[in-house]
Amino acid sequence: MADLTHPKVHASWETRGYWEGAARGELVLQRCRACATVQHKPRGVCATCLSGDLEHFVASGRGTVYTFTVTHQNQAPPFAAACPYVMAYVQTEEGPRILTHIVGCDPEAVQIGMAVVADFQPQERTDGEQFAVVRFRPAG
Amino acid sequence: MSLSGACSIAGVYEHPTRWAPDKTEFQIMAESAKGALDDAGLTIDDVDGLFGASMTMGAMGIVELAEYLNLKPNYIDGTNIGGSSFLAHVTHAAAAIHAGLCQVAIVLYGSTAASHSVAIGTGMGHGSRNPWDSFQSPYGMTTVGSYAMVAQLHMQRYGTKPEQLAEIAVTMRRHASMNPAAKMRTPITVDDVLSSRLISAPLHLLDCCIISDGGGAIVVTSTERAKDLKKKPVQILGCGESVCHQEIGSPDLLTMGARQAGERAFGMAGVQRSDIDLAMVYDSFTITVLSTLENLGFCKVGEGGDFVSGGRIGLGGELPVNLDGGGLSSNHPGMRGIFLAIEATKQLRGECGDRQVANAKLAVAHGTGGTLGVAHSGATLILGVE
Repeated sequence: MADLTHPKVHASWETRGYWEGAARGELVLQRCRACATVQHKPRGVCATCLSGDLEHFVASGRGTVYTFTVTHQNQAPPFAAACPYVMAYVQTEEGPRILTHIVGCDPEAVQIGMAVVADFQPQERTDGEQFAVVRFRPAG
Repeated sequence: MSLSGACSIAGVYEHPTRWAPDKTEFQIMAESAKGALDDAGLTIDDVDGLFGASMTMGAMGIVELAEYLNLKPNYIDGTNIGGSSFLAHVTHAAAAIHAGLCQVAIVLYGSTAASHSVAIGTGMGHGSRNPWDSFQSPYGMTTVGSYAMVAQLHMQRYGTKPEQLAEIAVTMRRHASMNPAAKMRTPITVDDVLSSRLISAPLHLLDCCIISDGGGAIVVTSTERAKDLKKKPVQILGCGESVCHQEIGSPDLLTMGARQAGERAFGMAGVQRSDIDLAMVYDSFTITVLSTLENLGFCKVGEGGDFVSGGRIGLGGELPVNLDGGGLSSNHPGMRGIFLAIEATKQLRGECGDRQVANAKLAVAHGTGGTLGVAHSGATLILGVE
């Protein structure tokens, strides 16, 4: 598989903490101080109780592959040149499920239940933003 | 009086085109409106409720459609929840008519996706600058990819086989071979499906719906009025809607909107799954059919592989599904939901020739909109004739 440079991330004030955390090499999730729900994607309210009292925290970065697909066809650049690549949902230790790519192994080696850890691809940008895309790779 | 049975589908029309480079979406909708009104024995002057959606209609699209048709309706609804929109429109139309807000509603759809080379399943939407989309678009999420992740999970958890998914495609093609309007009519085998190229594993090319142009229209009015019109009224006995997404609490990926919408629709109609003579379900991909039948309650989650095998969902089987050939073989202009209600109506009126389900009295139609495995909508109708 060709090395894929992920398309640019666009952030709002609600979501930039996640992408800035990724640029530091951290998987950042949100926790509600009122009801303790851990949530992803990040937003301005707790989607369980609508409290606005939220905190960001650094998650372990560990998880397991919940499900995946080896993508053989996607006409959109830059993905066309990267096929076959593995798109997956990773179940994080903290609860939320994250849409991502599995990298660092043969696509055919990926299995449901496989232990993975977060892996970060910093983005080269000209707008001054420090963001990285979160992928996962086999643990250990 | 309950909404169940109060309103009926009085006219339908499926636009025969599968390739229309010389037409616009609104033109296909207008031609379809004429067809459905002729079918009902009504004219455009009778219409006082306008419902419609398409892949390109924007925020004011329904107003532009009214302008195109020179309509001044008393009730307008441009709800767009993806391919299931039109089944929701039928529900909304029935509710509006039942409430006295309009009397004759028309539901419209048109698309030129094929002749405009829209890569519906495998290459849309990566240019979005919406921050919410940034949790998908950097990863090259495709429509087929999201459904493939559902198929992968189903196979791993329940041992569902690629051959079982392939039989769904084979069955839809057999039905299409009996539908003169279908785009793909040459029969295929399980081996043909399994040897077609992988698009997004485990889904092969022939596990995926085709892309066509097309459109259609449905006329809804009160059952009382429909009884005086040209065709036998097809009563709207039950309806339900839902939204399902992968968010807080990480719901199981194999739970579809069909569960919530289906339970409401069956409950409202007061009928059992075993009473149903035929099912029209959105078949964007083979897995969509399997998962929808499970979530509608025709079998337990996990048993779908066996349920769709052995000819059970073919004409002459226990529960014939998608007699027109579905999106897998007849037509898929991007938002196929309207055809589910159109074919169900024709079947219940006994007009389907070689592909007619004998003595069909009760049908379920379920549309899925958006992307299963990410966020999707569901809309269910239970339709019946006396």
